[in-house]
Amino acid sequence: MTALLSVQNLSVSFTTYGRTAEVLKAVSLDVPQGAQVALVGESGSGKSVTMKAIMGLLPQPPARIHAGKIMFDGRDLLTLPERERVALRGTAMSMVFQDPMSSLNPVWTIQDQLSTILKYADRRLGRDRDRKGRRARVLDVLTQVRMREPERVAASYPIILSGGMRQRVLIAMALLSEPRLLIADEPGTALDVTTQAQILKLLRDLVEAQGLALLMITHNLGVVRETSNTVYVMNKGEIVESGPTDRIFAAPQQQYTRDLIAAVPRLTGRVTT
Amino acid sequence: MTPALEIRNIIKTFAIRNAIGRVSGAVKAVDDVSFTIPPGGVYGLAGESGSGKSTIARMIMGLTTPDSGDILIDGVSILTKAERGRVQMVFQNPGASLNPRRTVGQSVMVPLVAHRFQGDRKARIGDLLDMVQLPRHFADRYPHELSGGQKQRVAIARALAVSPRLLVLDEPTSALDVSVQARVIDLLENLGQQLGLTYLFISHDLSLMRNFAATVGILYLGKIVETGPVAGVFERPQHDYTRLLLASVPVISAEEAAMRPVIPLINGELPTAEDLMALRKGLNAKENPR
Repeated sequence: MTALLSVQNLSVSFTTYGRTAEVLKAVSLDVPQGAQVALVGESGSGKSVTMKAIMGLLPQPPARIHAGKIMFDGRDLLTLPERERVALRGTAMSMVFQDPMSSLNPVWTIQDQLSTILKYADRRLGRDRDRKGRRARVLDVLTQVRMREPERVAASYPIILSGGMRQRVLIAMALLSEPRLLIADEPGTALDVTTQAQILKLLRDLVEAQGLALLMITHNLGVVRETSNTVYVMNKGEIVESGPTDRIFAAPQQQYTRDLIAAVPRLTGRVTT
Repeated sequence: MTPALEIRNIIKTFAIRNAIGRVSGAVKAVDDVSFTIPPGGVYGLAGESGSGKSTIARMIMGLTTPDSGDILIDGVSILTKAERGRVQMVFQNPGASLNPRRTVGQSVMVPLVAHRFQGDRKARIGDLLDMVQLPRHFADRYPHELSGGQKQRVAIARALAVSPRLLVLDEPTSALDVSVQARVIDLLENLGQQLGLTYLFISHDLSLMRNFAATVGILYLGKIVETGPVAGVFERPQHDYTRLLLASVPVISAEEAAMRPVIPLINGELPTAEDLMALRKGLNAKENPR
């Protein structure tokens, strides 16, 4: 079976002030249809560059993609004409961003922002939906993300919502156009631990109920264990280890992965060896 | 033995003002909080945003005065006598707490000058950098040349400059990667033992709290809802809020997952703290009808 998303031998470098840095070195990863995959790494490991390359958001220059393919649904995104690429973004693949406040326009109500996004997504997909239909769809996704009082939230400005509610709005935004792949960039890291737990549970429930594929990008190993079945560990632009999440946590093969897991403080207290 | 830090029934209320500045209400940020830390002890304050943990830190530092109650450091009230040198603070984000226009040496010099350090200041800065395991020539570097972990080491060196007895650590590692965090925590533990320091450790990371603190206080809406030795509180949490917090921690092993309390779902969703409290109130009312 071929994967929904398959990154193959992706190599990316950045050139600034005449100096070139290899940022991704032959990165390969697969996200099968309906699978929950995590990409974990510390700052500077290249996980965000990988995500941006997949979404087509890498500024070129300074970035340059040397080699590799990004196959989505059998098509190579890197050779796709710009128009078709744009049509996929936000429709077949959607993104949930980390910081809700900078992803929401403060002077628009939630209803207006979501409706506008939906309008453009519909246009790209050639779907016909009137104002009323859009309004109904917005309330529908807000209900899907288990927002209490969706009507009131839809009429509100982002400022009056709590951090957890804003993160739910971002998830709703990503779900608007019924994507098949959800890419989540550290969702909930800016939130309190109890709110983060709610958001992670919501994401898990949603991808399971709707059969979505999830690519979770995070630095938090706990989040990896809670949200994924397969994990890719990244360090310095390379995938150092990958496999089923349970196996990687129980028996990491590479020294880097072992050190990373050993550095995480345990809820059970000191690990005595 | 006199405790290194004693907090007695402190209360701090902030006025809520409306658009034209008229007082329209009040919020109790810290509501009758008391705890003590023995010399050389590590006390952890855990709580989420708005729980009052930073307000408590600010009051201990003398940056805010409590409405009532008392704060004693080595048995001396800081409200009547300013003993600023005895307590120092390490902030959350070293990128923001270090002045970008000062070299590392200049930053560490500031408390030495402010507290009129009499000895050889240059030598003292070198010694402090040794203590936090940074090369001495780092004194001439600027913060932007350092990594996050190195910057936090500089912040620790600055806090130690005037030989305080008590350090307030406000989320000292939350901006760092886990491997860097592990090394900074090791450093803090070693320094604590060598110098006999007392720590007040403020964090929202419960796993880290379990490993670093000896005693923990769980703050919720300005009140300590549960306190005790870490092992006891973590293994047998009594208060609903502590149970919710522990249940929410993302963990990396089955043993840890088994340790987390089971929280009842409300409509298929994890309850918020308020929901859980309301649920408990309802249950209590049912069990003890008047």
